[in-house]
Amino acid sequence: MLPPDSQIQFDSEGRLKHFLTINGLPRETLINILDMAESFINFGQREIKKVPLLRGKTLVNLFFEPSTRTRTTFEIAGKRLSADVINLSAARMSTSKGETILDTVRTLEAMHTDLFVVRDSASGAPHLIASHLPSHVKVINAGDGRHAHPTQAMLDMFTIRQVKGQFENLKVAIIGDILHSRVARSQIHALKILNVAEIRIIGPRTLIPTEIESMGVTTTGDMRAGLEDIDVVMMLRIQRERMDGQLIPSEQEYFNRYGLTEEKLSYAKNDAIVLHPGPINRGLEISSSVADGSRSLILNQVTNGIAVRMSIMATLMGGNESKK
Amino acid sequence: MKLALQNGWVVDPANDIDGRHDIFIDNGRITAMGTPPKDFVADREIDVNGLHVMPGIIDLSARLREPGEEYIATIASETVAAASGGITRMVYPPDTYPVIDTPAMARMIQDRADSIGSTKVHPLGALTVGLDGDKLTDMAMLMDAGCIGVSNASRPIQNTLVMRRAMQYASTYDLTVFLTPKDFWLAGNGCVHEGETSTRLGLPAIPEAAGTVGVARDLALIETSGARAHFDLISCRRSLEMIDEAQQRGLPVTVGTSIHQLHLCEQDIKAFDTRYKVMPPLRTEHDREALVQGVAQGKITVICSDHQPHSVDAKLAPFSEAATGIAGLDSLLALTLRLVKSGKITLGCAISALTTNPAKVIGLDAGHLGIGAPADLCIYDPSHEWVLDEQSMVSRGRNSPFMNSTLTGKVLYTINGGKVVYNSLTNQTKP
Repeated sequence: MLPPDSQIQFDSEGRLKHFLTINGLPRETLINILDMAESFINFGQREIKKVPLLRGKTLVNLFFEPSTRTRTTFEIAGKRLSADVINLSAARMSTSKGETILDTVRTLEAMHTDLFVVRDSASGAPHLIASHLPSHVKVINAGDGRHAHPTQAMLDMFTIRQVKGQFENLKVAIIGDILHSRVARSQIHALKILNVAEIRIIGPRTLIPTEIESMGVTTTGDMRAGLEDIDVVMMLRIQRERMDGQLIPSEQEYFNRYGLTEEKLSYAKNDAIVLHPGPINRGLEISSSVADGSRSLILNQVTNGIAVRMSIMATLMGGNESKK
Repeated sequence: MKLALQNGWVVDPANDIDGRHDIFIDNGRITAMGTPPKDFVADREIDVNGLHVMPGIIDLSARLREPGEEYIATIASETVAAASGGITRMVYPPDTYPVIDTPAMARMIQDRADSIGSTKVHPLGALTVGLDGDKLTDMAMLMDAGCIGVSNASRPIQNTLVMRRAMQYASTYDLTVFLTPKDFWLAGNGCVHEGETSTRLGLPAIPEAAGTVGVARDLALIETSGARAHFDLISCRRSLEMIDEAQQRGLPVTVGTSIHQLHLCEQDIKAFDTRYKVMPPLRTEHDREALVQGVAQGKITVICSDHQPHSVDAKLAPFSEAATGIAGLDSLLALTLRLVKSGKITLGCAISALTTNPAKVIGLDAGHLGIGAPADLCIYDPSHEWVLDEQSMVSRGRNSPFMNSTLTGKVLYTINGGKVVYNSLTNQTKP
């Protein structure tokens, strides 16, 4: 049975119509998205960077939370697929007084939007939107609260496969602020569905949510033990606003224990790769020498993000992706 | 007005009655059961053959939204809804706008309810002015104005010294202090139980310790202040154990919970379903089972509706921003009977938790059908199946996770002070 927050993603014939969470997606769907992204990857180097897959379709990037890179890559992805792309960055009142999030979305829908890309600071906002739109309108989650950031997780999977070629034998460590991270939750779901050998969560207890083990991971507060034998190191961004002395005592203490340095990276396998969703905090969660070093794939992730988002948009708009 | 109820099956646990009896009512009180008093000539006879006759339900927590939020519901709309649910008295927490922290406000609410004449409303006075947790209210005068207890509603008093003094002061006048303990700091901006669901959905969470720390603090203060307290909305097993232990040491504390805590748990939230957003949050299935068992064992003696009607828009928001609470007046009796039907609690236990036990908490001679008691009765058909939906709900609030489910047990008549205030055959109008 599908997890409850996944059911809404499928239409009555089992086709994927929204992309809100990785949780509950069939392995085959993930692989198809990665394969299609592969065919888009060299587009950026072509003379003419467009394909007409979404010609005549209107895509609205609806960002209720500030974002630069995610919004930009969605915009580029939409344009390369020939969609008409509108960007809206709006502040939102978190009360039922005034215009609600649904009012905003219905207004835009009345202008015949075909695809919404939504980011919001509240977990579940894209679910709410998706459940109140006519069935032909699609929604992609570009990050909701602490819940999910499924396109980020897909581009991470793409980047891992690009280098490692497969998932089954990989041991993966996710390091940092898991509690507040939508990226980590989506990564865990994706890695589980793609059958990696092991997932370890590393961080201080204040940043690890309760019962995270129910998602099929193990936890540790020790980088040496956590990184031993690891193939993929997935760093998370530490939000500066968490540095109020209650979750993390200080930047120095955090960097001392969890900042990814050359030395700590040496605990992992020799060919371990390093990912980070960006933007990076040099000297807080990662040292410059690692971030800019040969094992860092941070910029590859950005480039891959466009192809992966093109693939996800094409999958939804093509409407031929089916679940098992 | 003399009223005779004939051939009904009377369930009155306070008087150990569970059998077929006629009931005779005169001048707003029960004057006889079984055989009519000498020279009794009924002005009206109602044949209640096949129906259960129980004391009117006393609901210890219901928000009516008036004053202050009449666009959601009114005292008129909600007292009529309560009467149609067999509720004859309800306790109104003080978090209205403005707050019930003056005698005038307390009187105004009772007068409004009395003028409608459906269900009696007993206000709780605020413990602190404006519920700000700072300055004690004029509790003695609030009591004189009809407040049957005092409470800081769902806004815990952070300052322990203020809390202690509020309890001491309330105890001077033997006022029951209603408590919904929650540690302010641990609860933070959480909106669901800290557990599997909060981790899966990435929602800000409230740890169980927010409840248990609050209960532990308040029990320590009760012990030294001499206050009598009612924990009105217990949600977890650990809190219940702590209060039960305190009771066994002789502390004057009672425990209640809401009907939804006995039926629902955190997993029911599924995919951000805001109908399940309540405070205290739905805990684990393990907690839910412990609460049901607590009712069966008499550790939890009161079941309330925790009625909180909302406008449709208030629930159409991302989970963390959606309004908190369930509209529960319409379904309180039927959902309590569902626990009986499942064999978890006896009918006597269920009826007690809705009638005589809450009456004791607020110190009223009500909730039973003894001779001389107020003629407050609820008459229901125990086998009548109905669907809770837009049509059948009388409350203005339609925010119920039980929407569209089939319930068994339907109120046909509600009698309040000897008057028929609800008759399912005729009272179909909504104010």
